[in-house]
Amino acid sequence: MRIVVAVKQVPDTSEVRIDEERGTLIREGVPSILNPFDEYALEEAMKWRDELGGTVTVITMGPPQAEAVLREAVAMGADEAVLLSDRAFAGADTWATSHTLAKAVEKMGDVDIVMTGKQAIDGDTAQTGPGIAASLDWPQVTFVGKVREINEDNIIAERYVEGGCEIIRSTLPVVITVLKDANTPRLPSLRGKMKARKIEIPVWGMEDIDLSGDEVGLDGSPTRVVKITTPEIVSNGEIHHAEPEELAGLIVDALLGKEGE
Amino acid sequence: MNYYLSEELNDIKELCAEISEKYIIPVRAELDVENRFPAEIIKVMADSDLFGIYIPEEYGGSAEMFGGGSMALCVATEELSKACGGIAVSFAANALGAMPILISGSDEQKRKYLPDLASGSKLAGFALTESEAGSDAGGVKTKAVKDGDSYILNGTKQWITNGGQAQIYTVIAQTDTSRGARGLSAFIVEEGTPGFSYGKKEDKMGIRASSTMELIFEDCRVPAENMIAREGYGFIVAMKTLNKSRPGVAAQAVGIAQGALDEAAQYASERVQFGQKINSFQGIQFMLADMATQVEAARALVYSTAKMIDSGEKKYEKESAMAKVFASDVAMKVTTDAVQILGGYGYMKEYPVEKMMRDAKITQIYEGTNQIQRSVIASALIKETAARGK
Repeated sequence: MRIVVAVKQVPDTSEVRIDEERGTLIREGVPSILNPFDEYALEEAMKWRDELGGTVTVITMGPPQAEAVLREAVAMGADEAVLLSDRAFAGADTWATSHTLAKAVEKMGDVDIVMTGKQAIDGDTAQTGPGIAASLDWPQVTFVGKVREINEDNIIAERYVEGGCEIIRSTLPVVITVLKDANTPRLPSLRGKMKARKIEIPVWGMEDIDLSGDEVGLDGSPTRVVKITTPEIVSNGEIHHAEPEELAGLIVDALLGKEGE
Repeated sequence: MNYYLSEELNDIKELCAEISEKYIIPVRAELDVENRFPAEIIKVMADSDLFGIYIPEEYGGSAEMFGGGSMALCVATEELSKACGGIAVSFAANALGAMPILISGSDEQKRKYLPDLASGSKLAGFALTESEAGSDAGGVKTKAVKDGDSYILNGTKQWITNGGQAQIYTVIAQTDTSRGARGLSAFIVEEGTPGFSYGKKEDKMGIRASSTMELIFEDCRVPAENMIAREGYGFIVAMKTLNKSRPGVAAQAVGIAQGALDEAAQYASERVQFGQKINSFQGIQFMLADMATQVEAARALVYSTAKMIDSGEKKYEKESAMAKVFASDVAMKVTTDAVQILGGYGYMKEYPVEKMMRDAKITQIYEGTNQIQRSVIASALIKETAARGK
């Protein structure tokens, strides 16, 4: 079983500030971490590798310093890592990013499953996983809260969707995106940390994965960010000052009023 | 203070800090109240390769990577003890149990027992103490009588750390009652050996997450090949073991003290009285300054001793005793002062410092009381002085 886990280096906060003029996130001065959702994908991949045998390869697209999250993943137990880094990749939207990741998966060959977190905590789009599947023309199972079974031909997984759970059987190869319900990510091990320090991580550029300049980075990105703002916090609360009994009445009225709507 | 630890030792420190944050701190108060062994956390430590850090690569460990194992054990024990002295000793007591095999075991014994201890799939315990034999090891009453190619053990060991949780015990017993301490021998006894059972589980003042039990031997037949070293060498094996493991207790004390200091410094930076943060009062400042200085001095002594052991030095009995005495006395003082700084809150179980104070006390008592340690230091001093006079 060969599983590729696509990960992302993200700022260590779920409250990144926004540069409204440029329509981008302000990453300066914020320490970077492995996207927490990707940790669940990595753990799921390693869990099944430990059971079925095979390898887990982590992959990320980003600047040279994104290598840090790959080493973190190796410390946790990933077998190998590949960094996709090229000046031409800069400014990619989710379309160009998933296309680039998909081409790298294609180059690796014989990959059975691509796993990734349900979304990244910085962009919050949840589009890259599905994008990889579309680009590879593979089936996809998103928002997986539990992988029930993986065998040579199939995967059976539970998708946690609003109001319920869908049980999906898919053929392999497949792309799945993983929720935090799936597992508890393991800690790194001392041997893993040693390996992470020594492992050579190949860097693949645009040409290594047979892509041209108009398919990657800003030029390969159809998305144009028109405006990006922080939503205003609107508070509709009312404050009443009265005796508890009267206040209880007000609350009951308010609740009944809502119900009537 | 920056001790310029190697990258590898820093890995241990970081990993233990992560285990503390994610697994230990959330449950330490509960385990303390319930007197419950942290089996799940031990599993996490095993998965993180922590149990092999003092065992050579040849036997499944990674001691060479950390320059020998003593510093590794101290760094890990200290970091875990910052969060919980009880959980930390459940980890460190394995080293105490494994040490007789490591120091004096045959190659066969090492091959048979150490790999499971290095992986954490089995735990170890060290059994010397009895109701009438503590500081005076010569008072051991447990007997081992040779019968063919085995020994028959009879007697009761008490206050054995990891008792009931470990699968491998090193047990000190009398093979020649006429010779006192020189009649002692060391044996490896596995859980499940007929005639070996567990007795009372102790209800302790502190380190309550650790398991402390009686080991009972009733006509327990142990193969002669399980004897460590030779007949009559039990006392020497025990002393060598304790000399080497004592910096671990000292590191536990440093960790407990550091944990209490951190809590006190944090509290003093938040608590307001008379309209100001209490850390603006000189009375509190001087207490914190003394606590920090003492902890740092204790750590320096512990690390120096551990480095001495790792460098291959043969004689470190005095330094090992000094590190244990000093660090444990510092832990008692610093945790007591931390409770004082937190005042009424410090005395309550909602805050962790009262537990730290209870946990600190044992470090002055076990693995050789501080009074025995002072005797060891003094006798080394007398010998050195006499040697100089010649």
